[in-house]
Amino acid sequence: MTTEPAKNDVEDLHLVRLTKRWGDHAAVDDISLTIPAGSFFALLGPSGCGKTTTLRMVAGLEVPTQGMIRIGDRDITGLRPYKRPVNTVFQSYALFPHMDIFENVAFGLRRRGIKNVDAQVNEMLELVELAPLARRKPAQMSGGQQQRVALARALINRPDVLLLDEPLGALDLKLRRQMQIELKRIQTEVGITFVHVTHDQEEAMTMADTIAVMNEGRIEQLGEPQEIYDAPHTAFAANFLGQSNMFPGDVVESGDVITVKAFDQVFTLPKDKSATTSDKIILGVRPEKLALHRGDDEVPAGRNTLVGTITDASFVGVSTQYLVAAPWGQEVIAFEQNLSAGSRPRVGEEVTLSWDPRHTFGLDGNDDLNAGLDKELREVGHYSASDAVAGKAPTPAGQG
Amino acid sequence: MATTQVEPGVDELEPARLSPVQRTLTWIREHALAAYTLLALIYMFLPVAIVVLFSFNKPIGRQNTRWNEFSLDAWLNICKDPTICGSVQVSASIAFFATVVGTIMGTMIAFAMVRHRFRGRSTTNLLIFLPMATPEVVLGSSLLALFLNMYVGSWSMPLGFWTVLIAHIMFVISFVVVTVKARLSGLDPRIEQAAMDLYADEKATFRYVTLPLVAPGIAGAALLAFSLSFDDFIITNFNSGSTVTFPMYIWGAAQRGIPPQVNVIASIMFFGALAIVLIAQIVSASRRRAKS
Amino acid sequence: MQIPSSSPAIEIPDVPQPATPAKGLLKGRWTPYWLLLPGMAWLAVFFVLPLVSLFLTSLQSPVSDNPNDGYYFNWDFANYSEALSRYSEQFIRSFIYAGVATLIGLIIAYPVAYFIAFKAGRWKALLLVLVVAPFFASFLIRTNAWKTILADQGWIVETLNTLNLLPQDRILNTPLAVVTGITYNFLPFMILPLYASLDKIDPRLAEAGADLYATAFTTFRKVIWPLSLPGVVAGTLLTFIPAAGDYINAKLLGSTKDRMVGSVIDSQFIIVRDYPIASALSFLLMASILVLVFIYVRRAGTEDLL
Repeated sequence: MTTEPAKNDVEDLHLVRLTKRWGDHAAVDDISLTIPAGSFFALLGPSGCGKTTTLRMVAGLEVPTQGMIRIGDRDITGLRPYKRPVNTVFQSYALFPHMDIFENVAFGLRRRGIKNVDAQVNEMLELVELAPLARRKPAQMSGGQQQRVALARALINRPDVLLLDEPLGALDLKLRRQMQIELKRIQTEVGITFVHVTHDQEEAMTMADTIAVMNEGRIEQLGEPQEIYDAPHTAFAANFLGQSNMFPGDVVESGDVITVKAFDQVFTLPKDKSATTSDKIILGVRPEKLALHRGDDEVPAGRNTLVGTITDASFVGVSTQYLVAAPWGQEVIAFEQNLSAGSRPRVGEEVTLSWDPRHTFGLDGNDDLNAGLDKELREVGHYSASDAVAGKAPTPAGQG
Repeated sequence: MATTQVEPGVDELEPARLSPVQRTLTWIREHALAAYTLLALIYMFLPVAIVVLFSFNKPIGRQNTRWNEFSLDAWLNICKDPTICGSVQVSASIAFFATVVGTIMGTMIAFAMVRHRFRGRSTTNLLIFLPMATPEVVLGSSLLALFLNMYVGSWSMPLGFWTVLIAHIMFVISFVVVTVKARLSGLDPRIEQAAMDLYADEKATFRYVTLPLVAPGIAGAALLAFSLSFDDFIITNFNSGSTVTFPMYIWGAAQRGIPPQVNVIASIMFFGALAIVLIAQIVSASRRRAKS
Repeated sequence: MQIPSSSPAIEIPDVPQPATPAKGLLKGRWTPYWLLLPGMAWLAVFFVLPLVSLFLTSLQSPVSDNPNDGYYFNWDFANYSEALSRYSEQFIRSFIYAGVATLIGLIIAYPVAYFIAFKAGRWKALLLVLVVAPFFASFLIRTNAWKTILADQGWIVETLNTLNLLPQDRILNTPLAVVTGITYNFLPFMILPLYASLDKIDPRLAEAGADLYATAFTTFRKVIWPLSLPGVVAGTLLTFIPAAGDYINAKLLGSTKDRMVGSVIDSQFIIVRDYPIASALSFLLMASILVLVFIYVRRAGTEDLL
């Protein structure tokens, strides 16, 4: 299907001070956002963070308590859903069970008064590879097929913005991966602005040009996937995307390089990797950035180092995940690709962890160390920084 | 390294054999419930079978309770006694109007209850549930009390077609509400939201999405309303004055003897309704089976 | 390309809040009320008002000894005591017959409902239709058909007589016939709620029971039965309440000694035209049923039957 790369007058989507309150509780709390035209934008966050509510306000299915929604210069805040140039792909697909696929896809066109829908519908069905099933009913199709129908039904109307509410949630893993690639391809081809709501951080990082990380109705951080991953500004972002090891400490020296003392150890990080200027700071480093050095191996100069004892080693095929107990008890997570041909480090062995200071990020010292962590996993998890800070006694090595 | 070794003699064991007695007992146990259900169904259909059977009877005298001889007389001369057919007409027209009015009002209530927020929900629930939980004697007699007390000077409320219709509409509403409500609650509201998202305003959403999906429930409610109204006796009896509906005719004839034409009409209604319901079932089942 | 999450340059005022956001149909705030109006008004006028009228009529007194002279309102509560004293026998009989019929109905219906819910597989829908189907033939004439089935010279009565099981050598015109008729007529009202309740039970619960060393009977007693209670309550109520007021079975299948309170109310209203007494009886019937139901539901501990 050939389309112009972007419609001539496709405009940016603006959310201005958008708030939704239920009684005293703010599901969406004063968020402002500009989503560039033609981009693939992800709203990422745990359930209950307000991402779906935000999406529904853009669709017109919820009325904001305060704030404004604009497409370009047009204020659409007060418009009913059927008057907005916005279409939605629902989480449960919400296909019309009493109509066949053709009629489902044609629905929007018909309601707008278009008489000859055949050409457009068939073209769209070709795009999502469902043309031979045009006369089937939704109940006769698989989950993946239904999802594509929902997409076609929305896309055919050439909306200014396409909203997707966790559309891949009900699919199994392999299909989901496939659909992620499909969606991205279609978006690039069609050039419409996609706003994709998800709680799956891998999905967001794979597909989106820009991610807004949401928590409790507010936006924690906004940026490209790699930016947020490499330099999270809050503990929530650090924990919610990927995994992080965190060391609370105090700033000893500031300048182009910040020196921090944490748990009687000294670490450095570049100034532009710190999100705070205060004296209390939390250092973070991601597990895959840590290198393991055994016994007499030489540790290259200029790196942050930490000596500890291995308490767990899990072989995962591609890599091995280690838990290394630091001197103050905190179990540090480290991932190493299985590159060495020889034997791997064992439980109980003393090792040195090292990492490039530029891979460190700094967070505000008052941040909650547990923000963004899955609550259930926490309880079963390892002895973390927050345990150390709280003064909990570490469990003996090897008993996690 | 472990190898799979078959112990000598293992693959020569035969499957356990039950004695014929044991096998019979197991079979009985597994099928007892099914047999029981079959018996229960026979029990429930027995009177119906008698009714149909005796429509082909040529009774001696007026009482049609003993089999005499096979005859198509009743079937060929259904309206031999014009009062019978007259009463069927009365019942049918009352049932028709009661169904139309009751289904419309009941459907409106069901929509309000499922799709909207309003004050006084528990009172509304109670008011709808109560008529179904009140004995017909009370419903009928209280309505009669109302009608009897409606007089001005020498004019008093005439008991007849209209009072019966009023009564039927009253007790039919609750059943319609419950039936339509059940269907409507099963409808995902997000489907209607999807319609609005796709440029259908409220009217179009109702017309193209909501109504078609609720229609089977409304149809079922209408069918239920019709049969409840047609077959009602107690409430009708209290409020009919000199008007005679079909059940009232039967009651009146019960002592003297019910002519076989009544059996014929009852049989026709039975098979007609049964056919409608079975066809509906078959159609929806075949639609479901079309899944690849 | 990015705007930091805080502080746009402009202060935007609040958006005015439109009327009640409706999820589906029309968006007006008053929509539910005018949807409810016709039906609820009808019920108010033709259900609630009649009950009030019934109560008021029950407090009337005769103008004179001639019933044609009518009645006047007199706060005559004595009507109630008179109605009770005159017809207490029929009252009690109605409750007993209804109660017995309900109990027997429960026993007959439960296995059927159980079968349809758990063992019927793809025949479920058909069986449910068959359960309801007899209703398509007129209630009165079906009841009348029992006259033929239970006739004195009929096959059933003769067989039972040979076995000497019948105390009175007949079934018709005895309480047994009446109870049989009532049980029969209300059986679907017992089967359907039971089925609805049983159908909701996850069959794997029974498996869990067996896995945890329960015998089939214990599984039933401790798992299935308690979970089916809402259906039992609904079914028994839907049977007992109309049965208590029924008099068709009594009239067609019983003798004058088997008269139920329903037929007293009927004759008092229509033949004797003693409206106060008739109304008092009717009101008493409703009140006593409501009280019984209230106690019963409280004891069974289940709300939300609909």
